[in-house]
Amino acid sequence: MASPTTAKEGRQLSPFVSKSAAFTSSVLRTLGSILITMIGLLFITFLIGRVMPIDPVIAVLGERASKSAYDAMFIEMGLDKPLLVQFFYYLWDVAHGDFGISRLTARPVIDDVMRVFPATLELATLGTFIGVFIGVPLGVLAAVKRGTIIDQIIRVIALVGYSMPIFWLGLVGLLVFYGLLDWVGGPGRLGIFYVDLVPTVTGLILVDSALDGQWDVFRDAISHIVLPASLLGYYSLAYISRMTRSLMLEQLSAEYITTARVKGLSEWTVIWRHAFGNIKVPLITVIALSYAGLLEGSVLTEIIFSWPGIGSYITTALLSADMAAVLGGTVVVGLVFVCLNIFSDLLYKVFDPRAK
Amino acid sequence: MKQFSKLLVGTAVGLALALGAAPSYAATPDNMLVIANRIDDITTLDPAESFEFAGSDVSRNVYGKLVNFNPLDLAAGYEPDLAASWEVSEDGKTITFTMREGVNFHSGNPVTAADVEFSLRRAVILNKTPAFILTQFGFTPENVAETIVADGNTISITTDKKYATSFVLNCLTSTIGGIVDMKTVMENEVDGDMGNTWLKTNTAGSGAYKVLSWKPNESVTMQSNESFYQGAPAMERVIVRHVQESATQRLMLEKGDIDIARNLNPEDVAGASKNEDVAIDDELRGRLMYMSFNQKHPELSKPKVLLAMKYLIDYEGMQNSFLNGQYKIHQAFLPRTYLGEIDDKPFTLDIEKAKGLLAEAGVSDLEIEVGVREAQERIEIAQSLQNTMGQAGIKLNITVGTAKQILTRYRARELDMYMGAWGPDYPDPQTNAGTFAYNPDNSDEIKATGFLAYRNAWDPGDMNQAVEAAVIESDRDKRAAMYEEMQRKHQMESPFAVMYQKIEQTGRRSNVSNFTVGGAITAASYWPVTK
Repeated sequence: MASPTTAKEGRQLSPFVSKSAAFTSSVLRTLGSILITMIGLLFITFLIGRVMPIDPVIAVLGERASKSAYDAMFIEMGLDKPLLVQFFYYLWDVAHGDFGISRLTARPVIDDVMRVFPATLELATLGTFIGVFIGVPLGVLAAVKRGTIIDQIIRVIALVGYSMPIFWLGLVGLLVFYGLLDWVGGPGRLGIFYVDLVPTVTGLILVDSALDGQWDVFRDAISHIVLPASLLGYYSLAYISRMTRSLMLEQLSAEYITTARVKGLSEWTVIWRHAFGNIKVPLITVIALSYAGLLEGSVLTEIIFSWPGIGSYITTALLSADMAAVLGGTVVVGLVFVCLNIFSDLLYKVFDPRAK
Repeated sequence: MKQFSKLLVGTAVGLALALGAAPSYAATPDNMLVIANRIDDITTLDPAESFEFAGSDVSRNVYGKLVNFNPLDLAAGYEPDLAASWEVSEDGKTITFTMREGVNFHSGNPVTAADVEFSLRRAVILNKTPAFILTQFGFTPENVAETIVADGNTISITTDKKYATSFVLNCLTSTIGGIVDMKTVMENEVDGDMGNTWLKTNTAGSGAYKVLSWKPNESVTMQSNESFYQGAPAMERVIVRHVQESATQRLMLEKGDIDIARNLNPEDVAGASKNEDVAIDDELRGRLMYMSFNQKHPELSKPKVLLAMKYLIDYEGMQNSFLNGQYKIHQAFLPRTYLGEIDDKPFTLDIEKAKGLLAEAGVSDLEIEVGVREAQERIEIAQSLQNTMGQAGIKLNITVGTAKQILTRYRARELDMYMGAWGPDYPDPQTNAGTFAYNPDNSDEIKATGFLAYRNAWDPGDMNQAVEAAVIESDRDKRAAMYEEMQRKHQMESPFAVMYQKIEQTGRRSNVSNFTVGGAITAASYWPVTK
């Protein structure tokens, strides 16, 4: 009697087991893909670092180092070993959470990254919010008012955003809003009077100051971030509005939209529920790519606004052959891309029933 | 579309509120000095290791030394600092310093001769990049126990042979001469590193300021030492902010958000100088711009060709155009303000004279290669040389490359001609004399690439002896005269054409007084500053 029961339970469990196995397999596939991507990324960055026309020993010791000091440092940095061996040593250390010490800052790379990445994250997130909340409605409006003066104006706004050098726009923005109008704070994340007043919890000054109830610091941080974030937001807006317009135009010319209108639905419902509802999935990719681009760090914006973010960190490290810092930064940027991809996939499943 | 309009209006109002919240200050507080500078070259705060410009600025204000320069009278040369006095032994090899009484480190520990012994021995034993400044006197990790010795309130240092006292003392004013708090440092020692790891990011000095925080590529914040033995500084807090862009520094300076802007380019200097609240200070720094000629080249080794080359440089033209405000004509290997400096300028652009000299040397249709590092001003100088040399019938091929590419070829004596810059390592004439005019063994095998004379395959002949003699001359005035004579000879005979000396233009708010970047011999000093 036992066998049939077991067989029945087995039949009942089978879909669950199969679902669970599929889930496990999916997770393992994702993790495997992340691992291979990260190792590949690290290897390529490592190779580039080694073939760059900068001598890493001179970068550390200076041009006037004696030959004995040079040779000692050459060995200390492991440069006497074959390239692959050097790379495997590095991978081994990374696997143990040791990203090495930055030669430029004399600190563990992981500490540096934890310091500079929140600055970029804060700026990029705000920039993306601005880009999305202005860019998407503008793109929709341009599509709905296709061929009208409104459409032309929005297209010019986007074109200017694409073509204007951010270096120039940043300086002009500082000159006008900081120098002349005094509407915003100057370069840096905070004014000198507010530095180090808030304990670091997340590294995001807006969040940390709010958590600590330091609203003066919060306001000062807002006044410093609003201009660079608006600039980045403008560039993000230009891209997002163009893509939204193009995606919306495709939907608005579809037959189901004509049917919806014939059925007497309001224009608001036709545009926002039906047409916009169908561009959400590709729009997620557009926004995720734009956000990832900003999270890599916008080097020029960071330079102009003295913003201590990951873009300028990696660039300075690269120019100084500080490879531990470059590789550490690369890991972060790589992880950001991977995480955003996974996040996009999850959102697909939420917004697209076919992906469930 | 009404909802959409509401969204836009809401966003605009939100932004306006946020913008309106920005606080505004007309100036920095009277007891605070805020400086904008490029500080991304700071890699360590340890005085035994620090060898960069921004790091030297920090160190100068944090660490006392046995002898030091008075920022308000740099021309006076070294003066007593942590040492109250010193005596030199009869054989000239031992200098015994008597320590100043009543000076404390920031920790409260007293500054003693034992701290000096520890600091100097430590610098030699750690053997970091600037260690050569001390080890050139014969100190080695093996002999420091006998050569650097504290005894009660005195500290004696014994060199391997007699050197000019001024040479030794000038070297002790360098960053590596900074005296660290032995007790605090050794409490933070890890794996026998003599506190090096800890001192990279922390300080333990007795100077006018202590470092509160160093955030790489972001800022250095310093707090005044209220018990500084020269009196508490007027500026209770100094904040050096990393601001990369000249235009941004200018905006902040004109707006009053900073007191000093250290990296203004000529355009921003010109713009800022129109603001009556801003003053521009020019100070000569130690960096020299020079060109040199490989003496292995059959034509370039002829004395008349070398002389001709020095008449083919448009010194005035470049100074008054793209180098305006950044470099000043200078034609000797010691920067102005150094002991033994001369201001002789025997060369001007004279194409006809150069042509005559080339003809006398029997040289025509000369084609040479110049190596230049990829820096805008250097490339522009090379282009100017290409033009003026072309007028005398010399074809100059410019090879632009990275530091590694060009320096590797320069050190390997492969370039016909090099155009670049040289900055002194320490504030004594030997630093430049020992490289521009000294090369005791010119053979290829020796690979003495530290000497510029070697890199150009030049045997300075009896100038080697002159350099060796000057370095042991005890009489300061006689020593100065020796360098003056050496440089005049060097100008006419050497394969080096020194062209310019660097000027640093600093923008400051006009209410700020007594700020100096340290001239050619030292770093910036914050403690004399007042508002």
